[in-house]
Amino acid sequence: MSSLVTKVRLKQIEQLIEKGKRLDERGLTDYRPIKIEQGLIERAEGSARVLLGKTEVLVGVKVETGEPFPDTPNEGVMTVNAELVPLASPSFEPGPPDENSIELARVVDRGIRESHAIDTEKLCIEPGKKVFVVFVDVYVLNHDGNLIDASAIASIAALMNTKMPNYEIKDGEIKIKQGYTPLPMKSHPITVTMAKINNRLLVDPWFEEEQVMDSRISIATNEDGNICAIQKGGSSYFTPQQILEATKIALDKAADLRKKLNW
Amino acid sequence: MNEKEKLIDKKGVRLDGRKADELRPVKLQVGVLSNADGSAYIEHGKNKILAAAFGPREMHPKHLAQPDRMVLRCRYHMAPFSVQERKSPAPSRREVELSKVIKESLEPALFLELYPRTGVDVFVEVLQADGGTRCASITAAALAIADAGVPMKDLVVACAAGKVDDTVVVDLFDAEDKLGTADVPVAYMPNLNAVTLLQMDGILTPDEFERAVNMAMDGCKKIYALQKEALKTKYMVVKEVEE
Repeated sequence: MSSLVTKVRLKQIEQLIEKGKRLDERGLTDYRPIKIEQGLIERAEGSARVLLGKTEVLVGVKVETGEPFPDTPNEGVMTVNAELVPLASPSFEPGPPDENSIELARVVDRGIRESHAIDTEKLCIEPGKKVFVVFVDVYVLNHDGNLIDASAIASIAALMNTKMPNYEIKDGEIKIKQGYTPLPMKSHPITVTMAKINNRLLVDPWFEEEQVMDSRISIATNEDGNICAIQKGGSSYFTPQQILEATKIALDKAADLRKKLNW
Repeated sequence: MNEKEKLIDKKGVRLDGRKADELRPVKLQVGVLSNADGSAYIEHGKNKILAAAFGPREMHPKHLAQPDRMVLRCRYHMAPFSVQERKSPAPSRREVELSKVIKESLEPALFLELYPRTGVDVFVEVLQADGGTRCASITAAALAIADAGVPMKDLVVACAAGKVDDTVVVDLFDAEDKLGTADVPVAYMPNLNAVTLLQMDGILTPDEFERAVNMAMDGCKKIYALQKEALKTKYMVVKEVEE
């Protein structure tokens, strides 16, 4: 991060924003083109690759059996993990997950969990003993900004693509049968991230906008038009008015995306 | 878990006897640790949290220093005995995320660009947790930074609101946090009308969300008065001794 270059860029970006424009010629509330490809990893129970402009995220879903949490004995388990793979950006380094990848995983997790996207009660095999565990692994392959939205969309797309093994219980033992059924889902949340630059909200910030943004806000909404998760990030603030404006934009953009993706 | 268990009774009274817009008792104390440059202690309901601030000082390791601004680092940590079941002292993913959002909630209050190459470290230790620890931590951490003599644009104060049994309420405690339908922690700088932390989980209509944010900000304003009082309490006493 060279601060000299970004200050020059900031000026350019700010001047454009005043005219309602952006460096890549989008409007302030426009998304970059989104491309989704599902089922490209055969070994995984579900997978999806999302291209959001040049940002590229691959999500693989593995389904295994395991124990439920003691406070939810009748529900399956879902975990999200995110890897900022070093090949995705010169700023990503190999090693244990840092605060950025942990935040990314937890924000994606919250969107899926709080909207009850997965019908976890249907993942129960034997109450209190055995349930299906759904591992959602987010793999960032190319970082060009807005990893949160790309990862959230890719995760839901991968879950929609996920096939659960059929099974039967014989003498208390689980036997995997032939064939698969789709992962039971109840909701398809969509997360919309906005960057605040010069007190204006920009939807789907790309890499250079993220370098100069004051702060960002990510809002996940479900198909009923309700809000299910929010995360503010970055070193600046939002006024209460800006927060309400952001929720309106998030609901609008999510509705647009829903139509486009047929979710 | 009994789903039918009511968290609010017919008269609108919550499990711990509060009304929907009522805060838990908050006690604040500034300058509680002699080795830290600044420190504060908060009791927010049953939450007991210590915060300490060190700096501005030279960054260690040195390569983390920024040529054009101060670096604020934050560690939120829960003591193993702070919760019902012993928590491993190793930092969990939750603690890593909270450390990050707490740092980002405090940064807007500081004049980072006035202290290039330096660092301020804030350490938060949750000694006992009872729901809403991130908010109480921010309230205490802001006081610790102020106590360290670091100039601030405003104090940062935090409070949550949420939805419990179809009612929007302020300042959720542990049981409401776990069994309620939504939780919205908010950090706020009242003098600047600036929200510096905003998270949400659960399901809220846009309308309920707006009410929750407003309720949380009202809660923040009440705690803000106590924060200022706590600072005055320490520094007034010093003044009297000098005279």
